Amino acid sequence: MFKWLEKNLPKIVMAPAVGLIGWFVYGFVLWTLYISFTNSKILPKYELWGVGQYVKLWGSRKWLIAVDNLIIFTALFLIFCVVIGIILAIFLDQKIRAEGVLRTIYLYPMALSFIVTGTAWKWILNPTLGIQKMFIDWGFENFTFDWLVNREMAIYTIVIAGVWQSAGFVMALFLAGLRSVEDEIVKAAKIDGANLFTVYWKILLPMMRPVFFTSFVILVHISIKSYDLIVALTQGGPGISTTMPALYMTQTAFHKSQVGLSAASAMMMFMAVAAVIIPYLYSELRRENAR
Amino acid sequence: MQDKVHTSYKQLEQRSKYTNMFLRWFLYLVLILFALYFIFPLYVMIVTSLKTMEEIRQGTLLTWPSGLNFDSWAVAWGGRGYGAGDTFLKPYFWNSIKMVVPAVFFSTFIGAMTGYVLTKWRFKGDQWVFLFLLFGCFIPFQAILLPMARTLGVLGISNSVIGLVLVHTVYGIPFTTLFFRNYYISVPTELVKAARIDGAGFFKIFFKILLPISAPIIVVTVIWQFTQIWNDFLFGSTFSFGEAAPIQVALNNMVLSSTSVKEYNVDMASAIIAGVPTLIVYVLAGKYFIRGLTSGAVKG
Repeated sequence: MFKWLEKNLPKIVMAPAVGLIGWFVYGFVLWTLYISFTNSKILPKYELWGVGQYVKLWGSRKWLIAVDNLIIFTALFLIFCVVIGIILAIFLDQKIRAEGVLRTIYLYPMALSFIVTGTAWKWILNPTLGIQKMFIDWGFENFTFDWLVNREMAIYTIVIAGVWQSAGFVMALFLAGLRSVEDEIVKAAKIDGANLFTVYWKILLPMMRPVFFTSFVILVHISIKSYDLIVALTQGGPGISTTMPALYMTQTAFHKSQVGLSAASAMMMFMAVAAVIIPYLYSELRRENAR
Repeated sequence: MQDKVHTSYKQLEQRSKYTNMFLRWFLYLVLILFALYFIFPLYVMIVTSLKTMEEIRQGTLLTWPSGLNFDSWAVAWGGRGYGAGDTFLKPYFWNSIKMVVPAVFFSTFIGAMTGYVLTKWRFKGDQWVFLFLLFGCFIPFQAILLPMARTLGVLGISNSVIGLVLVHTVYGIPFTTLFFRNYYISVPTELVKAARIDGAGFFKIFFKILLPISAPIIVVTVIWQFTQIWNDFLFGSTFSFGEAAPIQVALNNMVLSSTSVKEYNVDMASAIIAGVPTLIVYVLAGKYFIRGLTSGAVKG
């Protein structure tokens, strides 16, 4: 008995973690999947109802708006974060004075919660006393900036705050990537007469492919899950114009008590994330095994 | 002839010196402009929290406050002293502390153990077990929200700090495992083998050999978990909305509560109070914060 215990101790120590994740992650996802095939309203029901909830979901105007917003947000969020992140990383890589201070400034938003960020930006962007008033007081009398309360433009305020929060993170990833490149490669290219622009554009950035890939995966992941920022900044409004899938899911479940429909939307989000993450994990693991 | 070549070379050098200087200035200009963009909201938050509402209406976002007026901070932290409808952050700040400390401790401990087994007591299929745990880093929590709400209800710990401790511990395990596994994999296995030959057991090896060299990764993990859990809003707002709410939920409720007059100075003071703990950790231990950020997300 004692011997058996000793021999299997490592597995016994592993068991709680595996059990907890098995139950709370995989078990729960399967439960949500099952519920999405039932006609559950306030309380879960367990008779199967088929794909009715998915049909309802994709027929819902609010969900389609949420998906549209997600696509707009993800595209802009990705582009701006990556472009700003790369510019900052390359510029910081030029033996800059006070690099540490600048890096700290670029990255501190990552330490704040989206609720704090959202609260701050909501105040800055509010049309009566915020940035609009600032420009009017400076003498630009016709200056208007009402994106926050404008149905067409409100989604872009979320992009502004989101980019502010996450661009520094991309910078950190690229800076780490650039710093890991051997000096010799850059020196050799310079001896061959390449200027700095060519060195980055033709040699270093192509070498950063894994970093691009990682940034892409993480940013898409953040944007699919984005919830707090919208709650703090617009609550999905004006009207339903800034609804996104994560907000749709919780509202449908907890305000509208449509548990089945909400589970269906959660599964759509799950599939979207899986479509991005599984290839990523696969390639990472292959790289690790190749090492 | 020789002379001519020499001067033109000199000219060239001179010119490239000017372009270089110009480039250098441009570089700093761009970096500083971005720094201003990043610092702007923090600046606005701080100055707004120090103004009276009268000053806010008269000035602009950037106007310097007339003095150090901490009234709105006092209101944000301790309320105005009247009964119903007076929400302030103090009790919720403590809720968050009571939630963060045990959740960080348990998830870090479990992660250290699993990371240790996965690298130093390898068994058949351990790669798959790792992948199994790793996938937990990425699931969108919406996919587990409904069953979790039911489970907490059945266990009788919905709307409580204990419930949130459980939730954050469980969903922290994939990250903490990842951190410790990636750290321990670089520790030479020979050390462990030698100790095993000397008759040291599972726990003795952990506490005598691995734990003493784990300080950096423990710091990284604790900071990561602390930041994640302190900043969480989804779990807090779904599972705990009343008295037991964590600070981010309370902040959001305070800002959204529609009293007759919107007090932006109190809102900003509240936002700073909710953000200050993670900000302090970031300033003091930025190096470890960044390491967690890059390896937590980049994996490996």
